[in-house]
Amino acid sequence: MKKRLLVLGAGTAGTMIVNKLRHHLPAAQWSITVVDRDDVHPYQPGYLFVPFGLLAPEQINRSRHAFLADGVDFVIADVDRVDAPASTVTLTDGRVLEYDYLVIASGTTPRPDQTPGMLGDEWQRSIFDFFTFDGAVALSKALQSFTHGRFVVHITDMPIKCPVAPLEFTFLADAWLREQGLRDRVDLVYVTPLPGAFTKPISSERLGSMLDERKITVESDFLVEHIDTENKTLVSYDEREVPFDLLVTIPLNMGADFVARSGLGDELNYVPVDKHTLQSTTYPNLFAVGDASDIPASKAGSVAHFSVEIFVDNFLQLIAGKPMTRSFDGHANCFIETGNGKGLLIDFNYETEPLLGKFPLPVAGPFDLLKETRANHLGKLAFRWIYWNILLPGRPLPLPSHMSMVGKTQPNGATKTLATK
Amino acid sequence: MPVTTLSGHQIHVNDEGFLTDPSEWDEELGTALAAQIGITMTDEHWKVVRYLRADFATQGETATLRRVSTNGGVPVKQLFAMFPQKPAKKMAYIAGLPKPQGCV
Repeated sequence: MKKRLLVLGAGTAGTMIVNKLRHHLPAAQWSITVVDRDDVHPYQPGYLFVPFGLLAPEQINRSRHAFLADGVDFVIADVDRVDAPASTVTLTDGRVLEYDYLVIASGTTPRPDQTPGMLGDEWQRSIFDFFTFDGAVALSKALQSFTHGRFVVHITDMPIKCPVAPLEFTFLADAWLREQGLRDRVDLVYVTPLPGAFTKPISSERLGSMLDERKITVESDFLVEHIDTENKTLVSYDEREVPFDLLVTIPLNMGADFVARSGLGDELNYVPVDKHTLQSTTYPNLFAVGDASDIPASKAGSVAHFSVEIFVDNFLQLIAGKPMTRSFDGHANCFIETGNGKGLLIDFNYETEPLLGKFPLPVAGPFDLLKETRANHLGKLAFRWIYWNILLPGRPLPLPSHMSMVGKTQPNGATKTLATK
Repeated sequence: MPVTTLSGHQIHVNDEGFLTDPSEWDEELGTALAAQIGITMTDEHWKVVRYLRADFATQGETATLRRVSTNGGVPVKQLFAMFPQKPAKKMAYIAGLPKPQGCV
């Protein structure tokens, strides 16, 4: 009998996994099925550019099926629940899918319903998000009539998908307001539950001083309890208040509800896994890859990409009855758009915070780490083509899945010469 | 790693004063650590700190405010009242656990 691999979610991680594994697993011995609720694959990093008219909405979405390899079965349906002890998945239309191995790759979703007042009368009137297609398009319209007042960018709680995106949005908003000649009439405020601009000290300091230079006020350690829609004010648990005329918020991010219904999630519906193998801590034939897992790494496409490469190698060893020998190090690599045609690049993992250096080749680059350059901006733009044409089809990209320490420096100039690989 | 002595306990701490070895902790030390940051421990404080210790023992990570609220049964609002301004950091400090990851 054929073995069955079932993948829930045809986003970045799920699509890469089925495409890479279809290439390795003979069709006579393995069926591969992927389930998603629709056939729309968004290029999520593109949402950032839509509000400022830098990318047209029609440049974001493609169909999921166009990026799935031949021999992969694509089922469009909502998942009701996973019965992990029985190795079955029930869909909301009543169908039952049996599996030998299951990969949960259902990502994370902004949930404005989780903060009182967020999804009320002011939603998409003075309160917007940009992490969804509809939100980004609605915000682009609202910005066209925004002329003055308090422009507040806000993060509800960590972790969030693409943790640098709110900073990028703020830098782009600042550049856009200057271009429109409105910057002097606007108070730009960045509200975060973190103690500073970012979590890791060196990049937080660098990014924090970039906010200062742009005269952006930072309200830190602010955990929102509710939004007072009548007075258009964010209210925190310790009763601090931040009024706004236009609020761009990152709602609480949560994993899929079916994960909770199946008893497989933590308090935010993320699946607990071993952070080096992505294997469920409870069920050895269950993995969670990409944003759906609880690993302490960025919820980002680059993490999905690097971890998929480790997962695929390990999976092939596992089904051959061998021990899994590869270990994911939490490698993340993010371009940070900073406005005016420039960008920053950061490269880090579980153990090492973002440092100065070059990427992908130590010393040679061409990209500078933690420095604003035009090349980093162009790299970010080029990545959209790479995503559709190289990454999703599962073609090899000449980037190491493990982070390298070669040529990286602390700001005080001490060079680390130790290579991690 | 600096070694310091607090209320008769010799402990290893990092540059922010967080214990680097959770096994060096006991409740007497917890009381002393709380006093260092101006907090007097009550039954409610102990409920939170004991939850953090128990959760860390099984999870290997310091619980977030949301986790303490959802699974530990103490509302976030109350955590802010008991451990003012930076509850996640203060709770971990008193419980002798690593500062919670910012989850980059």
